Amino acid sequence: MQNYRTKIISNQEISPGYFRMKILAPGFGEKAHPGQFVMFRVQRSLPPLLRRPFGIFRTGFLPADCDGLPPKEFVEIVYKVVGSGTSIMADLHDGDRVELLGPLGNGFDCTSRQGEKILVGGGIGLVPLYMLAGELIANGCTVRLLMGGRTRDDIFAVTEFERLGVETFISTDDGSLGEEGLVTQVLERKLQKYPDAEVFSCGPLPMLGAVHSICAASQVPLQVSLEESMACGVGACLGCVVKGAGHTDENPSYLCTCTVGPVFKSQYLDWSALGQSDNSCGGCV
Amino acid sequence: MSEQNKANIKRPNLGVEIAGIKLRNPVMPASGTFGYGEEYAPFLDMEKIGAIVTKGLSLKPKAGNPTPRIAETVSGMLNAIGLQNVGIDAFIKHKMPYLRTVNTPVIANFFGNTLEEYGEVARRLNDIPEIAAAELNISCPNVKQGGIVFGTDPQAASEVVTLVRKNLQKPLIVKLTPNVTDITVVARAVEEAGADAISCINTLTGMSVDVHTRKPRIANTTGGLSGPAIRPVAVRMVHQVVQAVSVPVIGIGGIARPMDALEFLIVGATAVQVGTANFVDPTAMLTIIDGIEEFCIDEGIDDIHQLIGSLKL
Repeated sequence: MQNYRTKIISNQEISPGYFRMKILAPGFGEKAHPGQFVMFRVQRSLPPLLRRPFGIFRTGFLPADCDGLPPKEFVEIVYKVVGSGTSIMADLHDGDRVELLGPLGNGFDCTSRQGEKILVGGGIGLVPLYMLAGELIANGCTVRLLMGGRTRDDIFAVTEFERLGVETFISTDDGSLGEEGLVTQVLERKLQKYPDAEVFSCGPLPMLGAVHSICAASQVPLQVSLEESMACGVGACLGCVVKGAGHTDENPSYLCTCTVGPVFKSQYLDWSALGQSDNSCGGCV
Repeated sequence: MSEQNKANIKRPNLGVEIAGIKLRNPVMPASGTFGYGEEYAPFLDMEKIGAIVTKGLSLKPKAGNPTPRIAETVSGMLNAIGLQNVGIDAFIKHKMPYLRTVNTPVIANFFGNTLEEYGEVARRLNDIPEIAAAELNISCPNVKQGGIVFGTDPQAASEVVTLVRKNLQKPLIVKLTPNVTDITVVARAVEEAGADAISCINTLTGMSVDVHTRKPRIANTTGGLSGPAIRPVAVRMVHQVVQAVSVPVIGIGGIARPMDALEFLIVGATAVQVGTANFVDPTAMLTIIDGIEEFCIDEGIDDIHQLIGSLKL
């Protein structure tokens, strides 16, 4: 991990309210694992004061220029405009100077090299699943991606996922794209068909809670990526903790989302506590 | 300024002394914003900063408060972490090995829930030779005496400092809370009770409400406000404390840029602590140190002491 003082390569709206931003970041790709995140500094002036955490969508190289220089390496994030920080981000342009700290945190454990993998993403929760899908496919796994959203606006990057070799299944609450209904209903059906699958998920907490319940009932292993507001991203502020499984007032267990997570094996979390909180960051992990 | 020119110019002396500890420069982190040091090792050279100040330590490990624990406010943040820490035993076992490898003075911040606990942690710190000094957090409620915050009552503050002074065989810095009517009264009380230095200010108690849920934005209802938002209050209080006591004062409160640190030095702080800015930029302290040096060069100052307390009224 390192602090990049760098600049934006591109910043485009890809679906109403959703933006993808490419940022110049030499050497980033070889250090980044699926599920890791960055702390992004919106601008040097105040406010906003704190950096914002964002999941890494992908890393890569720009096509080489004809100037003979090596191709430029970038990291790409996707964010949803939800508050003052992300509103400012939406107005940034290529060439604007920004700061980026990363890659941070513990990503997905994708060491299992075979079998069925089911990825469940809700809205902005699709972001960390792209690198994961790529890695799982490279490992020789079969990957099915269940994409959920309130409306068609919350579904993005379908073609890119499919180009990786992922089979996609779309569902929206209002039926404006794909099947009408909840992504968790699709998950239940898929698990009946593939009872030995491993599940990976990221999205709003109510969705993650339901995914956890379904996987626990089917005794299917599940890894979830959480988003919490954080100040530092490196384990110093202790602001982003979540309760671990077995947490009691007498015997408390608080885990830093930034350094222990953002990806957790779901059995290590206290889901009764997580269900009560309400995360609403714009693509923050 | 080019590197060439920089090399030709005589570099100013930034070294200061606090309670008998020599610091290579007057910039150190504020407790609770820098973990136990190691968290920031990937981002900055620990041997460039004046000192390392640890997360607040207690006798037993402390789990901290329910979440949400932090909320951003205008140019600041509220926190109610609840002094989560590993406890003095785990600190010695797991955190000291790293700190021993760094050639920078380590200041251990500590607190207690009772007078006895304060005294016991102070005694335990004597056993760690690499701890250069202790910083006493008196912004905690005394659970045995109706929860009155030690640092808001001159009598209670005096009692805890007297006991800690008796038990501690190291330089003692006492960190003051700003949540009082007149900070100079408490400052004088802790100086008389044996403080070798005073650091101020701790966070200002604040509150913020989510208008949609109508709930406080942090689970503890109230929290400590930090960041640039509090800086003018902090500069005012450091100015007052410097006038009131003769021990050295460490200025804290919203320092994010070199100019911010300079304000505190000019009103008379011998050193400064950088807090929330570490979260925003892990290299903030290095930028501040470089900026102070550059300011001295530009102003023809060859020793930082020419700047400290140079306020013109």
